[in-house]
Amino acid sequence: MKFINFINNLDKRWIYLILALCIIIPFLFPVGFPMKTTPPVKSIYDFIEDSIPEGGVVLIGADYDPSTMAELHPMAKVVAAHALSNNLRVLFVTLYPQGAGMAQDVIDNVLREWNKSNPDNPKELGKDITLLAYVPGVSAVVLKMGEDILQTFNEDGYGNKLSELEVMKGIKNYNNINLMVELAGSSVVLTWLIYANGRYGLKMGIGTTAVSAAEYYSYLQSKQAIGMLGGLKGAAEYEHLLDEKKVYGGRKDASIGMDAQSSAHIFFIILIILGNIAYFVKKRKEGK
Amino acid sequence: MFVRRTLPLLVSAVFGVALILQFFVPHPASKNFYNMMLDWLIIVSAFTYLIAVQSTVELHFTKIKRKVEGWQYSIIVLIALFVTAFLGVFGGAFMPTTLWMKIFPSVKPSDTTPLMYTYLYMQMPMQSTIFSLLAFYMASAAFRSFRARSFDATLLLITAGIVTLGRVPLGEFIYKGLPDVVEWILKYPNMAAQRGILIGVQLGIIATSIKIILGIEGKYLGGGK
Repeated sequence: MKFINFINNLDKRWIYLILALCIIIPFLFPVGFPMKTTPPVKSIYDFIEDSIPEGGVVLIGADYDPSTMAELHPMAKVVAAHALSNNLRVLFVTLYPQGAGMAQDVIDNVLREWNKSNPDNPKELGKDITLLAYVPGVSAVVLKMGEDILQTFNEDGYGNKLSELEVMKGIKNYNNINLMVELAGSSVVLTWLIYANGRYGLKMGIGTTAVSAAEYYSYLQSKQAIGMLGGLKGAAEYEHLLDEKKVYGGRKDASIGMDAQSSAHIFFIILIILGNIAYFVKKRKEGK
Repeated sequence: MFVRRTLPLLVSAVFGVALILQFFVPHPASKNFYNMMLDWLIIVSAFTYLIAVQSTVELHFTKIKRKVEGWQYSIIVLIALFVTAFLGVFGGAFMPTTLWMKIFPSVKPSDTTPLMYTYLYMQMPMQSTIFSLLAFYMASAAFRSFRARSFDATLLLITAGIVTLGRVPLGEFIYKGLPDVVEWILKYPNMAAQRGILIGVQLGIIATSIKIILGIEGKYLGGGK
């Protein structure tokens, strides 16, 4: 009974402290549990690996901001690195003003890491990768891109004329994009699915936060999306797949974070069990 | 009345019907009309930012003027708004502007812009921190409120437990088949419910769109005076 009273009267600050330790300690002493790759992650990887010819184009939608970057930033980095490793061209696009900063950070990071680990096959901004300038209008931008990408943006995010960039050679609209991977933690994923995939038939993959992943399984089943990276685990699975190729030496942010997420999830389950035990014992006692 | 209500309703009706018809007409003139409409939409969307800035400035300026509780924070909001806008306009968003490089000769075109600097080292850590606090609230809520009070709640609790555990490698370490169980839950029971919700939402969107085009729904115009 003493234990039940202790549980019932536990100060929430202790919970906060233990949770903080559950997250911090695994970063200091990583365990690195093995992971099984789930089919939705594997299908995006396989598509980039086997179905896009050299020089093909992968469009990455960076429609997120720092609040969800813990899950989505590693996805952006690993998908971009994978595309570069297959000598594909990478275009970043964003429908959010804040997404432009995220995309620029990913491009800087991936180019730096790639050129460090592959000095004999360097990649260049404007030639292999770029960020399309931010244009307001969300669904109107997605629809306009289906008609003419150059007319929609005119310039890349760095102020260069798109028509003069090597990375844009031969790209007019979605017909010239081999795959679009949309990274977002909001309903903007639906905008791309409805307008770009539904109206123009753009092949799409989804990268979203773990909490939103459940929403998009219907689009996987209907084959409107070829695959999905769900949360940090999805990103970590992709990092694991790319790691097997041994072509990219960038920091594996998602894999590093998985131990912390594992211990936090276990702590949550323990809390739920303890809370329920205390609830039922108290209820039984009051019923007597 | 005509300008505030009838004219916007007429514009909605005419352009709504025109864009539906356009979808079924493959003629180049129809395509040009569609492209022009998209350009207009993009231009109108850009103007919404002006309204957002005006509204933010007005709201916080009023708070400061009336000295309502916490008015000091409004000063910070306004300073942040104007400093960020200044840095973006004069310093450059992605590459330092020529003006900026003239003022600071040591700045090279490849350098991080002042706007990106504030984004990377101020906004990014602040916004991530605020969102991370959610984990602590969730832990507290899981402990205090997530109770098996009824059959439905018990079902939800068990499913949430399995999915929570199955979405991390430790769950797979405990039981190898757990990720497959999670995939099954997400692929079948979850998808069936999600699809039902989605169909309901889309039917609602179609109904509301038809009501807007026909002028039956006019609430989006605001209450008016």
